[in-house]
Amino acid sequence: MCGTDSKFGEMKALILVGGYGTRLRPLTLSRPKPLVEFANKPMLLHQMEALVKAGVTQIVLAVSYRAEQMEQELSDEAKKLGVSLLFSHETEPLGTAGPLALAKDILGASDEAFFVLNSDIICEFPFKDLVAFHQSHGQEGTIVVTKVEEPSKYGVVVYGEQGRIQSFIEKPQEFVSNKINAGMYILSPSVLRRIQLRPTSIEKEVFPDMAREGQLYAMELQGFWMDVGQPRDFLTGMCLYLTSLRQNNAAALHLGPGIVGNVLVDPTAKIGQGCRIGPNVTVGPGVVIEDGVCVKRSTLLRGATVRSHSWLDGCIIGWRSVVGQWVRMENTTVLGEDVIVKDEIYINGGQVLPHKSIAASVPEPQIIM
Amino acid sequence: MLKAVILIGGPLKGTRFRPLSLDIPKPLFPVAGLPMIQHHIEACVKIPNLKEILVLGYYPASELAQFVTDMVNEYKVNIRYLQEFTALGTAGGLYHFRDQIRSGNPEAFFVLNGDVCADFPLVEMLDFHKEKKGSSLVTIMTTEATRQQSMHYGCIVQDRDTSEVTHYVEKPSTFVSTLINCGVYICSIEIFQTFAAVFNMRQQEYYNDAGGNGNGKEAAVIYLETDVLMPLAGTGCVFALQTSNWWSQLKTAGSAIYANRHYLALYHSWHTDRLARGDLTAEEGKEKSCNIIGDVYIHPTATVHNTATLGPNVSIEAGAVIGPGVRVRESIVLSGAIVSDHSLVLHSIVGRGSHVGQWARVEGTPCDPNPNKPFAKMENPSLFNSDGRLNPSITILGCNVTVPSEVILLNSIVLPHKELTRSFKNEIIL
Repeated sequence: MCGTDSKFGEMKALILVGGYGTRLRPLTLSRPKPLVEFANKPMLLHQMEALVKAGVTQIVLAVSYRAEQMEQELSDEAKKLGVSLLFSHETEPLGTAGPLALAKDILGASDEAFFVLNSDIICEFPFKDLVAFHQSHGQEGTIVVTKVEEPSKYGVVVYGEQGRIQSFIEKPQEFVSNKINAGMYILSPSVLRRIQLRPTSIEKEVFPDMAREGQLYAMELQGFWMDVGQPRDFLTGMCLYLTSLRQNNAAALHLGPGIVGNVLVDPTAKIGQGCRIGPNVTVGPGVVIEDGVCVKRSTLLRGATVRSHSWLDGCIIGWRSVVGQWVRMENTTVLGEDVIVKDEIYINGGQVLPHKSIAASVPEPQIIM
Repeated sequence: MLKAVILIGGPLKGTRFRPLSLDIPKPLFPVAGLPMIQHHIEACVKIPNLKEILVLGYYPASELAQFVTDMVNEYKVNIRYLQEFTALGTAGGLYHFRDQIRSGNPEAFFVLNGDVCADFPLVEMLDFHKEKKGSSLVTIMTTEATRQQSMHYGCIVQDRDTSEVTHYVEKPSTFVSTLINCGVYICSIEIFQTFAAVFNMRQQEYYNDAGGNGNGKEAAVIYLETDVLMPLAGTGCVFALQTSNWWSQLKTAGSAIYANRHYLALYHSWHTDRLARGDLTAEEGKEKSCNIIGDVYIHPTATVHNTATLGPNVSIEAGAVIGPGVRVRESIVLSGAIVSDHSLVLHSIVGRGSHVGQWARVEGTPCDPNPNKPFAKMENPSLFNSDGRLNPSITILGCNVTVPSEVILLNSIVLPHKELTRSFKNEIIL
């Protein structure tokens, strides 16, 4: 633990940042996952901002890897937001419940309920509603649930009319529910008594007991939800996020010649003549898009360059990468940091590790070391 | 005086050149801006005292008429098309039209296969043939091949001192010689006596065989290689002139890209006016030209946007339109084709009147000879490998094919008049 300056009566939150973020490689080889920019903002900052808006004054980040880089970058942001940020370092991975035990002194310092979040999720965070709902039923915990199309891939949550959870069913073969755990909870401090300081899964080892005792409720999430922990979902989540931005803050989206649909462009980015950008594109700070480029459903991270006449669909272009002229990239191609793609190359579903120069086409999905 | 005969075969031949030969006779397929056999004609007209060029084949005369007229107008030399009634073989046609060839008493005549491409050393061959006067009936242009590839060609064994051909065998199953027949000959007029002897022998065999069905062959069919050169080899009247000039067969569509590159390179020595210049600026009275890399041919009636980049080794045919920001490399864009903004065409042939949309990628795989092997030739692989899968090839759009915007067409062959609606890879699209 590093520091405890909790103030009585103010809300707290714990974000489960966790490990190496291997699912989002090659991006996470250069930056810890919470700092990877989603829609031009570090992923974690989306959550921090929403928490602050809901009245949270103290955020604990449960981390086990590369905390220094995160501390540096996020402390500044935390200062701007006026929230105190604490880092809880795991010396061994503690699962999804263990970190709560590690941060017990902070989370249990008052009687106030606290939030717990998985760090990979993107949605219209409903924290104020969550507090109100939690207070209304008065039991130990509330988890946010979201509707999915194919519940058999997940663990589903079964609950009654008032939201009281009856059971959790892992990967159901027959349809029992289309609601899954959305990775956001509000818990009363009494829950901490249930958790010991050892690797523990909150979903499998804590929640089922609480449900049996009638202490756990479900609140349905409105709007979109996505776990953006891997590239394909990262892009899907970006599309959903930009759609929601269109409804809630359309002024943030870019307008101009050649812009199609929902496109987010940093003011320091440059876009050339005769381009077609969008739908569903995020252009980061300092990005240069030369003339006659077509980009769809892609994220271009800070400092990337796309040279003229290239065509990108479903790509994440890593920081400071350079895509040559007449390049075609598609099918969830991810370039790590500082990758160079030579002119006239075709990449289909390539995952390219950082600092690599690509001089030959990659016609079938593969990882380029 | 001299004559030349260009053997072009007929519609039954050149099927490996499909789909490009579906709408145009293969001999007229443009390479480096000229119909394939116009390169032969250009080589012939450079020979002093050559008075007539005879184009010999069994395509309907109507398909060659316009070309022959154009050639006569362009080169001011006698050019005629002689139509065989049926496929008579490489020498059968020559014999059938012997009176046409002999008229005017030429002392010798060249015979050029229409499906080869080369920097034809015809003047050298003529000088060589004259040297051997009296003894040589035929001089064969030869070149060196790899041991392995030589067996796909006519193989020649030569006396090192006299250049006499001592042995000839067509496509042997075991290695014989790395010296191969290039399908380009100069024949003394007396060769017709040999043709006549073969012809008469065939007739006799035909009528002696009571059933009349013989060996199932047309009695008039004579092959120059197996019926004439093989028996004549070792008799002191066939000679070979080896050349190190560029030479290749032109069997598959893939070899058209290869031939295009080499013919463009030849323009450097004697037709630089045919190569596009990338350095024209607005001040020179013309519009600023597009970006040109290496050797590029652009037909005067083609329209190329000044932001397009062409080359190396690109030919743009009559009336084709190349849009803004287009990139074309190692490809042929046929007449009336349109390539729209920002698209990329690599190792491909875009058929007559085809339309490629914006931000599309039309890409093939080159099948050039192995550059690391001296004397390696084009492989001319079959379409499918032994597993029944398509061999990677150049991408070919037949005539009037539509490729929508933003798709990729990789290593695919599209038959004429097809409207594609999505991307294709490694497919033949019927």
